Amino acid sequence: MEISFTVNDVLRTVNVEDENTPLLWVIRDILDLKGTKFGCGKAACGACTLHVDGEAVRSCSYAVKFVQDKTVTTIEGLGNRDNPHPVQLAWVEEIVPQCGYCQPGFMMATAALLTKVPKPTDEDIDNNIINVCRCGTYYRMRKAIHKAAELQAEKDSSESNLV
Amino acid sequence: MKLKTWFIFLMISTIGVLLSLANAPKIFEYHLLENQQSEINNTDEAYNKMMDVLTHQRCMNYHPNDNIHKQGNDLHSHYFGMERGEDDKGFQATICNACHNSENNKYSGVPRAPHWSLAPASMGWEGLTRSQIPERLVDKNVYGQRSFDELVKHMTEDELVLWAWSPGIDTNDQEREIPPVSKEEFKNVVEYWFDNGAVIPTK
Repeated sequence: MEISFTVNDVLRTVNVEDENTPLLWVIRDILDLKGTKFGCGKAACGACTLHVDGEAVRSCSYAVKFVQDKTVTTIEGLGNRDNPHPVQLAWVEEIVPQCGYCQPGFMMATAALLTKVPKPTDEDIDNNIINVCRCGTYYRMRKAIHKAAELQAEKDSSESNLV
Repeated sequence: MKLKTWFIFLMISTIGVLLSLANAPKIFEYHLLENQQSEINNTDEAYNKMMDVLTHQRCMNYHPNDNIHKQGNDLHSHYFGMERGEDDKGFQATICNACHNSENNKYSGVPRAPHWSLAPASMGWEGLTRSQIPERLVDKNVYGQRSFDELVKHMTEDELVLWAWSPGIDTNDQEREIPPVSKEEFKNVVEYWFDNGAVIPTK
């Protein structure tokens, strides 16, 4: 089955034997975007979190057939070294990762949260960021999420001043 | 009458009866009702079968009284702190659809049906008795002014309700348990119970 969708601003077409193949497998094994991680395969840990049409989804539990004509953003498309996303900047500034394996999923979940809730409270963070980190970096992540919200607000403000 | 005459008379009578039976309407013919359904004899029976389904974990998991969705056959709280959130569909950036698609997922074991969500808070059944649940069900002050026809339609046609009979596999690759009454029989008893006044037997 042929499925076409946009990944990080590039239109991609993939052929899969099983239309129910998890999107995560396609992203990693066919499109070679290794930033999105396989953790549990049960939509539980959140390491595979990416965006489909702006919504955070667990790609290990998302059949690739559902992504036809949609837009996917992975951690590679969130930002880059020259133009990092506020979440990526905050993660660096707060030195969040330990082993780092789960961090792309957390950053994608956070980026989705900030588009919905630009200035999240601790309760908003507790409700929405429910990924799992075995290193226990939750406290640094909480600081980074608040920091990312500030950076995003500064960025939005400076961009609006340019208009 | 001699014995021989009696014997001949008896034989002729027997043959006559057998011939008439052969040409008679098919009084011995029978057929199973469609889908092997048993007939509903009274509203109590309909009520009991309906309640066997409504109190099954496939239904109860989605009708909590604490805004926390339940999971599994032991009705444990949904993992990872997921709760009702806004519009019964999770939190702002972590909506039900983050994990639950429009179909059961055979790879992850995550269940799904169209418009996946919790039942409204007003329809919390958790902890209620078998008579309290239908009381709440038919109380228009509780459940959004739904008419009997609307309730029957929801209970017999809504894909989210009917998912209970095709729940797929769980995260341990085991088939989820389905309610003890077939889908077809459930539809029949729901229609029968509402058509006959939605009488709650204990009252």
